[in-house]
Parts: sequence; structure tokens; C-alpha cells
Amino acid sequence: MKHDLIILGGGPAGLAAAIAAYDAGLKDILIVERDKELGGILNQCIHNGFGLHTFSEELTGPEYAARFIEGVKAREIPYLLNTMALHVSRDKMVTLINRTDGIQTVEAKAIIFAMGCRERSRGALNIPGYRPAGIYSAGTAQRLVNIEGFLPGREVVILGSGDIGLIMARRLTLEGAKVKVVAELMPYSGGLKRNIVQCLDDYGIPLKLSHTVVDIRGKKRVEGVTIAAVDANNRPIPGTEEDYTCDTLLLSCGLIPENELSREMGVAINPVTNGPTVNESLETSIPGVFAAGNVLHVHDLVDFVSEEAAAAGRAAAAYVRQGDAKRHEIPVRFEGGVRYTVPSTIDPSFVQDAVTVRFRVGSVMKNRIVSVWMDGERAQKKRRQIMAPGEMEEIKLTRAQFDAHPALSELLIRIEEA
Amino acid sequence: METVQLICIGCPMGCPMTVTLENGVVTSVTGNTCKRGDIYARKEVTAPTRIVTSTVRVTGSQTGAVTVPCKTKTDLPKGDIFRCMRALTGVTAKAPVHIGDVLAANIAGTGVDIVATKDVL
Repeated sequence: MKHDLIILGGGPAGLAAAIAAYDAGLKDILIVERDKELGGILNQCIHNGFGLHTFSEELTGPEYAARFIEGVKAREIPYLLNTMALHVSRDKMVTLINRTDGIQTVEAKAIIFAMGCRERSRGALNIPGYRPAGIYSAGTAQRLVNIEGFLPGREVVILGSGDIGLIMARRLTLEGAKVKVVAELMPYSGGLKRNIVQCLDDYGIPLKLSHTVVDIRGKKRVEGVTIAAVDANNRPIPGTEEDYTCDTLLLSCGLIPENELSREMGVAINPVTNGPTVNESLETSIPGVFAAGNVLHVHDLVDFVSEEAAAAGRAAAAYVRQGDAKRHEIPVRFEGGVRYTVPSTIDPSFVQDAVTVRFRVGSVMKNRIVSVWMDGERAQKKRRQIMAPGEMEEIKLTRAQFDAHPALSELLIRIEEA
Repeated sequence: METVQLICIGCPMGCPMTVTLENGVVTSVTGNTCKRGDIYARKEVTAPTRIVTSTVRVTGSQTGAVTVPCKTKTDLPKGDIFRCMRALTGVTAKAPVHIGDVLAANIAGTGVDIVATKDVL
């Protein structure tokens, strides 16, 4: 079997990429999804707030997904459900497995990675204590409540103030559980302000910044946890321990792009994002292999996932049309508190109208200017009253700016004092 | 005179705002940096509302689904949220359900309908 484009993942990124690739003239597409339905994680994100940027209305996760699923179905883009991709070879042979077809190998001219991300587990957090039942990642609890219809516990402590943890604090409260506290290691929350107010403050749930779980009690089932304040080096401060009785501990401590397939294929990975390094076309270090959405870098808003994935879809369509091209890529350098940028390199000749550079800052910064320097000349600046690690930033570099610097060799994004 | 402390949700600034009310009428909003804070604060202290999202049981699903996600069709006064949630425990939908289908009309006498947010076949 052979396809022009294989998209691994049928969540928001995969769906938007498929629609955009199709609309750019690429008709021979296959979407591969391991779950029993399209939509990915949006299926369990039943809260609202999705789509404000894309549709100018507040949708729930399933409603947002449905718009893209309809788009895929209207175009009759084929998709496989209940199907895992086991391996992707350097020459773009994709090994798939499912219960009806067994193992099959499918050849692709182009591939888009849209596998999303997974949650950081207890094992990765090194929390001491017993290993009883009742410790869940926030996303697992979300699936249990919203899809399987189970309440995982009655008295809950949440470690980590990522958005899923905040959303679950509210969700469990509404379903009758008592959420006693949300502890966050960092001095700021990793979640959106809106979620802190509407999920915690609305229900009087305390948020303890610079605190972490130092012990889990209970042998068969969680009986309680101990929370302590941490110092500037994130080390627990003796004497600040507080005991909470609870039967459940939820972990919302960060998301990790799921790049096993990409790594195995030999795609270069950015150690900061844990996602592939990509150029302006969201193409990885292997030509014709693209990445978008949370597999590339973890996003806060699905709207930007869809936007990014659509760009990857169009780029994949262009690649299939044109084949390998000679490239001259300029690295995107950054200074002044930027942690990473996506993309990491830009070939100006591949930029159509504009290229969106997305980035995150490493700490909360107030009253700054985001400047773009091209060959030592300030090409644009954008004033930002506040930037926070929990909110992704973006800046658009336009065709006109590149045209004004035809021999561009240095591109720098710098955060400066206003 | 009454004062209410709020954190603005308009942007990551999260301005801490103080709203002053006189007999239930807002007389001043301070602490906000922009107009959005002012608008949010006035609505939040006089008539706070929320869309409530939840799930209800579903029977007869071909795909084996046991829940169908749902939401209040319009904003609900904040004080009615738990009443709405309690009433939802008694609601069971019958598949097939389509996005927008009313699963419970006038939930808990709030005048607000509960609608499905996903197709469940």
C-alpha cells in the first residue's frame, strides 16, 4: 500500500493537518488513530473555552473536535481507527497494526507526526512514599470521570497546577468530591489565569505555590499526603510539612511530547521542547517528515494547535508536489529569557505570506519588548505587558520583512526592557 | 458600602482588582490595567454566570459509550451550579444522541436547557 501523505494521530493536530493538506490539492491521505474514535484528547475535555480564536465562540472539547471531524468526513479523507503505528523507517515505510488487518507496512511520500503528548508520571517525579491505589495523572482521572463514568475518589489532593489539574479540581468538585488543595512546586502556576479563577477560586480551593508533596501514606489505598514548602532550589523546607488526609492524589506536573516513533526514525529532537526541531515549514530534520501540535511542543490552546497543524498540512502538500528541495536555512537565535522557538530554522524562500514563530519564556516578565533583529537591524518590535511561562507567545515574520533583507544571515528574537 | 476583591481573567497579567459597591451598584473599579478588567469586574460582582459542563449517563449506545458530555445551553447564575449538578444525576439519555439535542429542559427550574456536546451513536 502507498499514500501521498500519512498522518499519525487523529486528534486536533492530525485532523487540521489532513483538512489543510486536502484543500491544498493533496487527495491521497491516510489518518492513523489508535483510539476507537477521532478527536484525540478533546473527547475527554468536556469543559468549554475551546475555539475562541478559531470560531469566535466558546465550544467544549468534543464540539471543537466535531467541527474538524466533520471536515475530514465531508472530504472523505480515509482514516484507520484502533490502529497503532509501530515503526516508521527512514525511507518513510510506516508499520501499522490493528485487529482486523494485522500488521501492514504502508509507504508514504510525506508523513506528519501528530501524536500529541503524554503526562509526566509519578515515577518521573520521584515522590517518596508507598505505592497505593488512588494516584492518578490528572488526564487519567479526566478520562475516568468524563468517558468511563467513574469518580476516582472522594477526598483529593492535586500536585501541579497545570491546566488539566485545575480543570479536574473543578470537575471533581462538581461531581461531589472534596478537593482539599492544589500544590505547585513553582512560584507561579503553569495554568491559564482563567482556569485558576474559574476552577479554584470559584470553589474556594486553595492553591499553594512553592509547595510539593514529600510523602504519600497508605498501603492499599492512599490515606493521606504530606505537603511542604520548597526553597528557591525547589528543596523541601524542614518544619513546613502539613498533612492532608485524602484517598486520591492527582498529578498534573507537565506534559511530554510523545516522540518514540520520531526518535526511532532518527528525527533530531530539541532537548528543550522534547519535540522535533523543525524549519519554517514545520519539517523535521528528515525531508518530507513534518510535525505539529503537542508532539512538536506542548500548547496551551487547541486553536493554535489547529493553526500550526494546518500549516504543516499545506507544507506537506507542497512537498509531495515539489519533492526534495535545496534549502538554505537560517537558525532562529534567541536571547533575553526565551526558552525555545518553533521553528528553529527558517529558509526565507519557503515563507509565503508570513511565518509564525512560537516561543515560551522561562519566567514571569513584565513590561517588555519582543524584538526581531535581522542582520543587526530591528525588523519589528512588539510590546508585551506581561509574559509568563504558562502562556505561549508568538510573533509573525512577514514576507515583506524577509524581502527587505534579501541576503539575510542572522535572525535574532530578543526580549528587551521596555 | 461593600468592597469585593477580584483577579481579572482577561489576560495573564491577572490584575488584582477592588470593586466598590453601594447598595448593589458598582461605584468604582480599581487595580485594573485596561478596559477589559473593568467590564469583567462589573459583570462578575453584579451577575456572575458560568456555562456548566458535565456528563450524563447514556443507554443503548452502539459504540459502547456510557456517558454523553453536555452543557448548559446558556450561562447559569453562579449560585445555581450545584443545584444544576444535582439534578443532572437523575438524567439519562438514550442513544443515538446528537450535538445540540436537549437532554433535559429547564434543569432544576433554572430556565436553562442541558444540551449534548457530542454525537453518541
